[in-house]
Amino acid sequence: MIDAEAIESLKDLGAHISARQPDAVRAANVVLGELTILAERDHVLSLLRFLRDDQQCNFETFIDVCGVDYPERAERFEVVYHLLSMRMNHRVRVRVQTDEDTPVPSVVSLWPVANWFEREAFDMYGIQFSDHPDLRRILTDYGFEGYPLRKDFPLTGHYEVRYDDLEKRVVYEPVELAQEYRNFDFLSPWEGMTSQIPGDEKAEEAPE
Amino acid sequence: MADTAHISEIDDRKFTLNFGPQHPAAHGVLRMILDLDGEVVTRVDSHIGLLHRGTEKLLEYKTFLQGMPYFDRLDYCSPMNQEHAWCLAIEKLLGVAIPRRASLIRVLYSEIGRIMSHLLNVGTGVMDVGALTPITWCFEEREKLCVFYERASGSRMHAAYFRPGGVHQDLPQPLLDDIAEWCDDFPKVLDQIESLVTENRIFKQRMVDIGVVDEKTIMDWGFSGVMVRGSGLAWDLRRAQPYECYSELDFKIPVGRNGDNYDRYVCRMDEMRESTKIMQQCIELLAKEGPGPVLVPGSKMAPPRRAEMKNSMEALIHHFKLYTEGFHVPEGETYAAIEAPKGEFGVYLVSDGTNRPYRAKIRAPGYPHLQAMDHLCKGHMLADVSAVLGSLDIVFGEIDR
Repeated sequence: MIDAEAIESLKDLGAHISARQPDAVRAANVVLGELTILAERDHVLSLLRFLRDDQQCNFETFIDVCGVDYPERAERFEVVYHLLSMRMNHRVRVRVQTDEDTPVPSVVSLWPVANWFEREAFDMYGIQFSDHPDLRRILTDYGFEGYPLRKDFPLTGHYEVRYDDLEKRVVYEPVELAQEYRNFDFLSPWEGMTSQIPGDEKAEEAPE
Repeated sequence: MADTAHISEIDDRKFTLNFGPQHPAAHGVLRMILDLDGEVVTRVDSHIGLLHRGTEKLLEYKTFLQGMPYFDRLDYCSPMNQEHAWCLAIEKLLGVAIPRRASLIRVLYSEIGRIMSHLLNVGTGVMDVGALTPITWCFEEREKLCVFYERASGSRMHAAYFRPGGVHQDLPQPLLDDIAEWCDDFPKVLDQIESLVTENRIFKQRMVDIGVVDEKTIMDWGFSGVMVRGSGLAWDLRRAQPYECYSELDFKIPVGRNGDNYDRYVCRMDEMRESTKIMQQCIELLAKEGPGPVLVPGSKMAPPRRAEMKNSMEALIHHFKLYTEGFHVPEGETYAAIEAPKGEFGVYLVSDGTNRPYRAKIRAPGYPHLQAMDHLCKGHMLADVSAVLGSLDIVFGEIDR
């Protein structure tokens, strides 16, 4: 499905980036035809500037930055950048790790578009970005508390909002569920796509 | 008198205007704080998130199949295109190739979605600058496309038709015949709409040289889709990084020259003509292909047929397990992007090997486009704000998620 030539050229590109930015790059690998670079947090700004300006990389378009939460890790957040080069027609993913308190250098100075994406990561996970010009909440309600996409934030949230007909205004109240949120654990021995369960072979020889 | 003395010192030409969140030209729930100098805009501060529903959080608590209908509700002008990105991301992690017939149906319906979105944008965009007739003509055609959605999936808008591994059900032949007939007529309707709008003097005065996008703006503000092509860059993911069977279809990529509102309007009109050609090719290829499976056969992603379930206990168990537990997706991460009508729509999917996504980040094209409002509107007149906004083609379902 993914052609071998493209994978080779991505591997070469990964080697080129690690050779030129040895301080910043922890590892570069190609999985599923996508180049991923694990980077040092403190050097991410210089690495992304190199990725943008280097002739061979030329990642001029900033696609996305988002957070991922792994609460069991010492540095619980991963910040994932996606870049695209329209000229060279390739993509790269850069991952750095951080925790609740340590800021990640902001890349707004390189791409103004990173502004809202970093605000969103701050809003959703509480990831701090240093030197960000305007690190406000963006998607959540005015006056919202907590970081909704963290794994320890409940799906139902803490407050619910309704219009009160007597008070003639919108009121905030603690969430009250008529029924407990039902979370089914389906992690059973039946392993999805690959393995057969005992008895599957009978389905083929079933009587017409 | 002493109380008002300070007022005369402030320049009375400068004032701040609140636009939205309920405004017909806001294309949804956008609130903008506009700083004005007379009638000239000096700063735009967009407040978004009024339609935030926490889609990404909800996806983490649903199986891969249950999460799919949320994508209809992102960009609700072209629902199936969004489903497509989600399905592609899952299929990439699973490493499955979908049947050819399913691939053709997906492309056919993606192009229907593209025309639906462009018709809505052109109609409302023209209305934003004062023309009331074209939107009714556009919506007449759009309604017919909604019916094609309904005949395939049972729903006019929130189709939930694309499934990981293919599409839900095969298309009946009469539907394909009707789509083919519509494709023959549609270019004439486009000509009629163009006769109202394209050379209209008032329309041109409002659109030409407004909201000009140059190459630096594209790179700085992460533009994609028509926002790029309107400025003369022939960048289209269907051509550059082809998915499904786009590489074997014959279509052109319309590009503009000046990157202003007007060129983007012309691009959208031409893209609709190209999409119609793609649809015709798909229908031809479907006829040549003949009947076949539309979901990966023999996989755990496709439910067993009804008749089979009457005889086979395993099929019954399989059906039950598929719709309760769902299938498991191997551990890994991927980014799948499609050329949505509004630009690059991407899904960054992290799986931990269970039946639910660990993290799903939705990259909506409208998000960076709207962010550039401040950059694009600076120095324009107040009335141009809504013209630029219409030309960006934003929908709040996907921006606020």
